[in-house]
Amino acid sequence: MSAKFEPITGRYMHLDLFGRPHRIYVEEAGEGTPLLCLHTAGSDGRQYRGLMNDARVTSKHRVIAFDMPWHGKSSPPAGWHDEEYQLTSVQYTTMVLEISAALELDRPILIGCSIGGRIALHLALEHPEIFRAIIGLQAGAHVDPYYDLNFLHRSDVHGGEVCGAIVSGLVGPDAPDKERWETLWHYMQGGPGVFKGDLYFYKLDGDIRGRVAQIDTRRCPLFLLSGEYDYSCTPEETLAVANSIPGCEVTIMKGLGHFPMSEDPQAFLAHLLPVLEKIGRR
Amino acid sequence: MIETLQQRVNADQGLVRRGRYLTTTFLLEVGHASWLISIFEGRIVQVASGPFVMPSSSFALRASEEEWQKFWSRRPPPGSNDLMALIKRRALKAEGNLQIFMSHLRYFKEALAKLRTEGAAA
Repeated sequence: MSAKFEPITGRYMHLDLFGRPHRIYVEEAGEGTPLLCLHTAGSDGRQYRGLMNDARVTSKHRVIAFDMPWHGKSSPPAGWHDEEYQLTSVQYTTMVLEISAALELDRPILIGCSIGGRIALHLALEHPEIFRAIIGLQAGAHVDPYYDLNFLHRSDVHGGEVCGAIVSGLVGPDAPDKERWETLWHYMQGGPGVFKGDLYFYKLDGDIRGRVAQIDTRRCPLFLLSGEYDYSCTPEETLAVANSIPGCEVTIMKGLGHFPMSEDPQAFLAHLLPVLEKIGRR
Repeated sequence: MIETLQQRVNADQGLVRRGRYLTTTFLLEVGHASWLISIFEGRIVQVASGPFVMPSSSFALRASEEEWQKFWSRRPPPGSNDLMALIKRRALKAEGNLQIFMSHLRYFKEALAKLRTEGAAA
């Protein structure tokens, strides 16, 4: 059997964020309009492997995904061993803008899922001029905690096992087993307390219910796509956001769950490609 | 039907292996009916049917019969496909020492999904 390489390349970027040096892993594939991809809480950029390996996307787009600090192959900053990781809206916004600027991206399309979908709403509101278009996957304005988050980080519960098990039902029923378990594996690989720290943003700090209707889609087009089987950010919650923003386009994706780009890339691309085409025609 | 849980779980070697550090008894309530399910090192050793006068268990899972029937259907609808989905909708109450439940969450999700109509995905 001969070896086969994917068209994805990865690099480590050194960048100061929040006044501290960071080592951040960045992957990319393709050429054209930059498409900056934000992964979900407790996971990493591998979630976008389907997009990066699909010529229908990469023939026209430079697809870029970075692992957030503490995630995937990005390190936590020096001193992390004495800290509790907690992601805030301000940090997340800064991170996306600084990394995009460091990569010298010219008005990228932004696509983000879950916490990435939430920060996409923040960015659509606060920094619409930076982006060509914004695509929010599984994007809602707020999610109430529905289990005791402390179980995600305590020494008598295995972090990898519980993080994988917590999210397993968020994968849609039709996802191919290979992609379903790849998606869950990323969760099982997360560092101690990282998923919980991300959910601080998702369930507490990042609530944007009071401001989401102020998003002006004339300044930056906004597309929301949500999977039918997501009970974390339900289709109803995405529809509520979409209905409160004039000009926002929304798609509910039948059979898909909370991780569309990773759990079933082919099914997801059937929904994403028309959106990318529409953005390309603008 | 609940009694078949013992055979269905114990026949799945992978599930039993993943539960090898799990020894407990939990209470399952389906509407007004209840069962005490005893697990020893990942194998279900007893499914005792209520009613009970003084049921003793590490934790309890309680939902209406209608909610469990949806969960156990061949293709559960959105919101009924997973224990956490039921908990999110406040349709399932998990009470007691939930460290045991959460530290073996995959086990309990997959074990209870064994009661789905034959041929359904776990």
